[in-house]
Amino acid sequence: MKTKAMNEVSLEFPSRSSNESFARSAVACFAAQLDPTLNELEDIKTAVSEAVTNVIVHAYPDAIGTVQLKARICPGNVLELTVKDHGRGIPDVDKARQPMFTTGGEERSGMGFTIMESFMDKLTVRSVMGRGTTVIMKKKLAPRLKKPQ
Amino acid sequence: MEIHAKSADRNLLLELSGELDHHGARNALRELEMAVDAALPKKLVLDMSGVTFMDSSGIALILRAQQRIELLDGSLLVCNVPDQARRVLDAAGIGRLVTIR
Repeated sequence: MKTKAMNEVSLEFPSRSSNESFARSAVACFAAQLDPTLNELEDIKTAVSEAVTNVIVHAYPDAIGTVQLKARICPGNVLELTVKDHGRGIPDVDKARQPMFTTGGEERSGMGFTIMESFMDKLTVRSVMGRGTTVIMKKKLAPRLKKPQ
Repeated sequence: MEIHAKSADRNLLLELSGELDHHGARNALRELEMAVDAALPKKLVLDMSGVTFMDSSGIALILRAQQRIELLDGSLLVCNVPDQARRVLDAAGIGRLVTIR
């Protein structure tokens, strides 16, 4: 069942590589309200960058499509990120998640999903050939002690 | 993403600065290859101190540099890696393949 979000933001943008930096900065700005540590913020930015780059390189290899990005703050200091496309889909998700596996040529390292898994707590990938892919990532941020008033 | 090259006696130092993501890595890969082809180094050093952000695109760039220098029987050293980029390299286990200092 879907957890009710305490706050959320949705973004939609074309799959141009210049938007990779926009996407991670926008999510970082939204996540700032959870008062993350610098390390947590960098982990989130890195994971967003990987997910959005996958869409740009793999979902829409020969065209510009739409990237849908949603960030939600859920109870328990959890940040949930959804990156969705309507591109060509991943033929074998388990294989795609293996380290060093890539169909992206020499420009890509095949480490995108490994880094998302490593930097976030949970990664779910759903894909239908010809219909698109949805990547959902969750990260629980360490609660920060409130400063005395 | 910018690359500044300094070369002397078949030593090539490449100073990388800016955001090393997929967008930035495209030009960076080309510049790296051009610099290596011009200098034909025995020792290649990638100085990462100016890198403000890096994702797995940076891993591809480092592995490409490693391939290129192996063809020349040379060695690669990656140095001054900022904390965020270091965590990306560690998550991917790149330290087993490349010398990082």
